[in-house]
Amino acid sequence: MELVQFSARRLLQRLTGGIDSTLFSISLLLVALGLATLFSASYENPGRVTGQLANLAVALAAMWLVAQIPPQTLMRFAVPAYLLGVALLVAVALAGDVVNGARRWLHVGVTRFQPSEMMKLALPLMLAWYFHKNESTLRLRDFAVAAVLLAVPVLLIARQPDLGTAVLVAAAGCYVIFFAGIGWKVIAALAVLGLASLFPLWGMLHDYQRRRILTLLDPTQDPLGAGYHTIQSTIAVGSGGITGKGWLHGTQTHLEFIPERHTDFIFAVFSEEFGLIGNAILLALYAILIARGLMIAANAATFFSRLLAATITLMFFTYAFVNMGMVSGILPVVGVPLPFISYGGTALLTLFTGIGILMSVHSHRRLVQT
Amino acid sequence: MRPSELRNHERELHFFQLRIGVAGFAVLAAFALLLIRFVHLQVLQHDTYASKAEDNRISIVPIAPNRGLILDRNGVVLARNYSAYTLEIFPAKVRDLERTIQDLGEVVEVQAKDRSRFRKLHAEIRNAESLPIRTRLTDEEVARFAAHRYRFPGVEIKARLFRQYPYGDVASHVIGYIGRINQKDKEELARLEVEANYRGTDFIGKGGLEASYQQELHGTTGFEQVEIDAGGRGIRTLARTSAQAGNNITLTLDIRLQEIAEAAFGARRGALVAIEPSTGGVLAFVSKPGFDPNLFVDGIDPASWTELNNSPDRPLTNRAIAGIYPPGSTFKPFMAMAALELGKRTPRSAINDPGYFEFGGRRFRDSKPGGHGYVDLYKSIVVSSDTFYYQLANDMGIDAIAEFMGRFGFGATSGIDLQGESAGVLPSPEWKQKRFRRPEQQKWYAGETVSIGIGQGYNAYTPIQLAVALATLAANGDMYRPRLASHIDNLRTGERRRIEPALVKHIDLKPENVEFVKRAMAGVNKEGTGARAFGNAGYTNGGKTGTAQVVGMKQNEKYDEKKVAERHRDHSLFIVFAPLENPAIALVAIVENGGFGARAAAPIARTVLDYYLLGKLPEAPAAAPVKGGGAADARDEEEESD
Repeated sequence: MELVQFSARRLLQRLTGGIDSTLFSISLLLVALGLATLFSASYENPGRVTGQLANLAVALAAMWLVAQIPPQTLMRFAVPAYLLGVALLVAVALAGDVVNGARRWLHVGVTRFQPSEMMKLALPLMLAWYFHKNESTLRLRDFAVAAVLLAVPVLLIARQPDLGTAVLVAAAGCYVIFFAGIGWKVIAALAVLGLASLFPLWGMLHDYQRRRILTLLDPTQDPLGAGYHTIQSTIAVGSGGITGKGWLHGTQTHLEFIPERHTDFIFAVFSEEFGLIGNAILLALYAILIARGLMIAANAATFFSRLLAATITLMFFTYAFVNMGMVSGILPVVGVPLPFISYGGTALLTLFTGIGILMSVHSHRRLVQT
Repeated sequence: MRPSELRNHERELHFFQLRIGVAGFAVLAAFALLLIRFVHLQVLQHDTYASKAEDNRISIVPIAPNRGLILDRNGVVLARNYSAYTLEIFPAKVRDLERTIQDLGEVVEVQAKDRSRFRKLHAEIRNAESLPIRTRLTDEEVARFAAHRYRFPGVEIKARLFRQYPYGDVASHVIGYIGRINQKDKEELARLEVEANYRGTDFIGKGGLEASYQQELHGTTGFEQVEIDAGGRGIRTLARTSAQAGNNITLTLDIRLQEIAEAAFGARRGALVAIEPSTGGVLAFVSKPGFDPNLFVDGIDPASWTELNNSPDRPLTNRAIAGIYPPGSTFKPFMAMAALELGKRTPRSAINDPGYFEFGGRRFRDSKPGGHGYVDLYKSIVVSSDTFYYQLANDMGIDAIAEFMGRFGFGATSGIDLQGESAGVLPSPEWKQKRFRRPEQQKWYAGETVSIGIGQGYNAYTPIQLAVALATLAANGDMYRPRLASHIDNLRTGERRRIEPALVKHIDLKPENVEFVKRAMAGVNKEGTGARAFGNAGYTNGGKTGTAQVVGMKQNEKYDEKKVAERHRDHSLFIVFAPLENPAIALVAIVENGGFGARAAAPIARTVLDYYLLGKLPEAPAAAPVKGGGAADARDEEEESD
């Protein structure tokens, strides 16, 4: 009897080993909010909620598995994962499926997936490995090499064309470079150079491309086309007020004024139904998750795990910020899901894999020092 | 670890933690920005947005633009719009469709045809906002429905613009027609990134110029911001941006010439293309039989569609650009041109024609038993000697023939401003290699080259290709891209855009060689196979007759028109340009199963040229009694050897 109790406890320990309770509970809370919103947004198709639950099961399994892998082992995946990712992106460019005019999907057996999604983790992994390897002798030349490693997948993704994902993957790479310690002067110089190149770039654009950018700045210029999303989602957010219209009572949502309300624009649904209070709670949850992530990074054992943890944490922030900014009309419309909330299996898998990496970094924070 | 390294490590860690701090601060700042935005939207501007969302929802209603007109070269309208009332059902708002349609039948007339069309549309177009159950309601019907409107929620009267083609089936393959936007069209519009400009538009060009100039004809969609109440009815218009009508397209085609050409065909199948050699402008473009494009404008009913689609005459095929025919003897002037240019023959080269050419133990027969006797290059074209060209093709070899004919555009699309053009077949060993699978079929046999010389064998070209080649010859080597549109008018700005003639290339030909071939072609119509049709024409001209075999003939079999089934009879071809100096028109006419070229196609060509050059209208009903060819007397067969 005692033996059974003992082994049951051992099993429990084994199962929860490496799981960080803060990260775990916050991300699950976010997912719960997401499921509630999804239920409201898909009243005509309740199957979406059960579908998302199945996605969650897969994502949690991945999180648990990754949390068990020590960062040193993870480091060994860096180069193969990066090379595989680039190879798949090239394959997509050559033989991918075209959906909505962009070549993003690759057939694998019976299912399709987007290699660009995989790059969101593979690129930071690769750059963190590269900086870690050259830690003691970091010079400007290494940052130049890193910039090339970053540019290859980013350009491949931008060519699909998927400008949104390209910007996000580029951001992830830039975070690694930033945390690796690139000089402030270099950052300032790059910023000035970037701003200065905007003017000649504008001259090189086609008329229709300029019109598109102008629409991003002023959606009312094109209320039937690109501006439609922003106009309707801003109305949804604004009409939510302080307390919101209540769960399942969003009129914008239920009269189908909000496009893509399960995926990229789910925040409009959330905001309409839960109001400013709901938004503040959501921001707080993200803030706690990010704070925890940055803390883990600050206390991490190796250069590699520090860079990786900090970058993954900032990626969570970036997705959340860009998505909420776009839905509330202060950022251009790009295809970015709201982390843990939007419907979609691939995104959920990437997010929880990221959480798993953070957990692994945290539980192995002392191992190297002994 | 040495102490210095440890210190270094600690400094680095400190450095990293500083950056973490910076990142944390940036995150807080960004979230603060979001929070400010949320407060702005949800507290300060809440009333504005709440009223937008709840009391009055703003609906953006697209206003479809008027489609541009299509006009002939003299401004005669070939495609126009008119306004009519339609009775439309909103499927999402109707509980029982069948019941509603049945009840509607008590108020306005709903025929079985209307029902089947509605069902077809309903099955094809998912998520359609509204679909028509009746089109073109009379004023009386509109009034009657208005009185009964309360009984039919989800059914509305709408004023819509309809396309109309006043000339019916005349030039139907040029003008084309419009039809409902289907899934494939939607994908194409998304690819072109113009789908927003098609909101509120249900129709799109599906064939002919309606399809190839779709983006010009469409215009720019306007929109209205309308306040709507909870029931979805409009209360008032807040803002309005007018739609801009599409551009008008003016053609090079002359509709009167077109009518005369089509009438000359009568009930016969075939194609005719007339081109202005100095510009490439198409003057007449016939593909018979045609169809009535008006059938398509409000959704063709299934019965008419089946009839058009399954007819053995294939009225929906544009024969002038997609029909491929062996050129028969109309190929000979080009062969003669090749022979002169490549130095294989001179104007003085002559043979003695015994009525056949022997090659590899096989006899290639001339269409004139006993042959033409002494035949030089000039006579070879005028009397259309097969033997001469069997021998010439054999001497030149397939590669030289294919190379030379390729220069004239044979076997390649012409680039005319219509969709669905075929490339035809310019035979060559490389073509055969690609076309066939089995090795013994892939090999080119020297014997196959022989019949290429008289435009038979694997030769297969579209009428437009033949017309472009002829126009190029007429213009001394200047090849223009054929085109139907000459001007595009923007009604709003009054801007008129001319579509400039596009010189594809200039083929270097020796002037004396061109002169010789033209003179021989003039001879055809003066003293040769075309003399009966073109004798005493009031203008100089040069032509060539052609008869293309539809079914292969055995070596010693004699072609007997009366014994062959109508659809297996030879195609009748005729090519002609006029006047000889500065040709104003180059024309190709093909009458399917019409028999000898001189008999069926040449009189059609004469009728068209007489009108175009002299303004002369055809005297009697143009349809000659030659459809079966049975009325032709045997006496003719001697001279009609081509």
